[in-house]
Amino acid sequence: MSAPLYRDTDLVLSVENVSKSFDGFKAINDLTFYLGEGELRTIIGPNGAGKSTFMDLITGRTRPDEGRLTFHGKDGHDVDLTKSREYQTNRLGISRKFQTPSVYTQHTVYDNLVLSLNLNRGVMKTLFYKEAAADREEIDRVLELVRLKDRRNELAGSLSHGQKQWLEIGMLLAQKPRILLVDEPAAGMSDEETERTGELLISLAGEHSVMVVEHDMVFVRQIAEGRKVTVLHQGHVLKEGTFSDVANDETVKEVYLGRAKHDDAA
Amino acid sequence: MIRSLPIDNKTEATLLSVLVAFIVLFPLCNGVFAEGSALHVSAFSMGVWGKYLCYAVLAVSLNMLWGYTGLLCLGQNLFFGLGGYAFGMYLMMNLGGPEATETVLPNFMEQRGMTMIPDWFLAFQNPVLALLAALIIPGLVALVFGTLAFRSRIKGVYFSILTQALVYAAMLLFRRGETGFGGTNGFTNYQYIFGASINSESTARWLFIGSGVLLLLVYLLVAWMLKTKFGLVQQAIRDSENRVRFSGYSTTHFKAFVFTLSAMIAGAAGALFVPQAGIINPSEMLPAKGLDVVVWVAVGGRGTKMGPIIGAILVNLLKSYTTREFPEFWLLILGGLFVLVVLFMPDGIMGLWDRYKGLLFSRKSAEPVAA
Repeated sequence: MSAPLYRDTDLVLSVENVSKSFDGFKAINDLTFYLGEGELRTIIGPNGAGKSTFMDLITGRTRPDEGRLTFHGKDGHDVDLTKSREYQTNRLGISRKFQTPSVYTQHTVYDNLVLSLNLNRGVMKTLFYKEAAADREEIDRVLELVRLKDRRNELAGSLSHGQKQWLEIGMLLAQKPRILLVDEPAAGMSDEETERTGELLISLAGEHSVMVVEHDMVFVRQIAEGRKVTVLHQGHVLKEGTFSDVANDETVKEVYLGRAKHDDAA
Repeated sequence: MIRSLPIDNKTEATLLSVLVAFIVLFPLCNGVFAEGSALHVSAFSMGVWGKYLCYAVLAVSLNMLWGYTGLLCLGQNLFFGLGGYAFGMYLMMNLGGPEATETVLPNFMEQRGMTMIPDWFLAFQNPVLALLAALIIPGLVALVFGTLAFRSRIKGVYFSILTQALVYAAMLLFRRGETGFGGTNGFTNYQYIFGASINSESTARWLFIGSGVLLLLVYLLVAWMLKTKFGLVQQAIRDSENRVRFSGYSTTHFKAFVFTLSAMIAGAAGALFVPQAGIINPSEMLPAKGLDVVVWVAVGGRGTKMGPIIGAILVNLLKSYTTREFPEFWLLILGGLFVLVVLFMPDGIMGLWDRYKGLLFSRKSAEPVAA
């Protein structure tokens, strides 16, 4: 069991000794991980390292076989995430962006954000919801951030792939989360879009805690330079350290970077 | 954003006006013009069209689920049947009419050797209770079944199959004489409704008006709901349920709510259908009848507000014509129609209209360029 890394600072998420098997295959194996308040953490690892399962465990999509997942609330209360359903986890302040952009294609950009606002999301409250000025301002703020102001009344389905990715990030921001889980945000983006996405994520750190899973090493270098990187391998933390530490580690090179070069070439 | 008007465009406004005019003028023609006049509408045709209006309500209720929430229920006729049976019980408890001092024992009870009407059955003598039951019983069944299914993440084709199994099981249950609902014959030979003779012309008129008003109310309810944030969530569930769940909405609650509401609407339609059809029996809950409703919605246009109404009326008109003229071909025609719609008209008649209209417009705008 590795020692807690961030016990001395304010933690927002603790994952301790978590394991999860699917039909005998150990997708997550005794994983321990801490995320600090306001931190921007990048998670890398070869395919099948358990990155997506890890996100599923945090968001309540799958339940661990053993171990603890704890969200540290702002008021000092700890919440056991292994007992929380997806929507409840989301209401705690953990938002997730999926690998393939998932936005409501039949709704306008604006309506996508209306549905994401951090308001009461019960059946009756949505039935009798009246749009307030504060809601419009919040949506405008998010539209500005993700550069979709001109497209507000267009159907989300008509956006380009990169714009959909941005809209989904915007939807997460409208939820005012404490933790943003971002799965491969740069996938399918142009170089320029990728760089802007990196800048956006960096600017979000501090106010939010951000966890990014990424494959693209250029992008990882951009957002992780001088920050902490976690390398997952076979469902376990292989190495944790600064970007340069990790990039120069021999075992990491062996399991990950070699294959990453191969991936880039493909 | 302004979402105040429940009517989206001219096409919809036109269709809705036609519907309102029809609902007002049809019974008016029956009352005002004497028999023999070219404009006279017989009580018989009012009964037929009143039933079509009830079918239209049933189609709208399915569209709420399938068209706007992505839940294909193959057993919507279960709720229609339950509502029908609840109101049928009222009719069976009022065979003697308003002057009767004692409740007449229905035939099916006599045949089973009963001499007394059970208290729970007798309670349905009260029309208010019977109408409430026609809403609440289908609603409860949907709430319990829906909550269990949606909590277990049963969706897509598995949900559809389960709903079909449910309606089939219900039909078998109602078919048994021991269940106490008249077995295969169900309830028929009604005499009085709200103190009036069931066969009178004015009863037919009022039942038609009632069906029309129900249809309009349900239409307005759907139109209003679609404009609310609830409506946005509903359609978002259809398009990306995971995203909705990961945005802090309990999709189980939303789907159970829609399912329950749509079952209550189907129940209301069934309650109004039964006095006009003059009978309710287990054949109303045949799985095939559940598929019929799906065809109506698909033909008219799934996920459009007017489509299901148009589909229900047109397919039933076609059915009544075909079963009269070429009775052996009806099922073939129905099957062919469904294949045709699936292959060439994914958005049904409404979609076809939209595309055709688009063609007209593009031609008009192209003309000056060509000239």
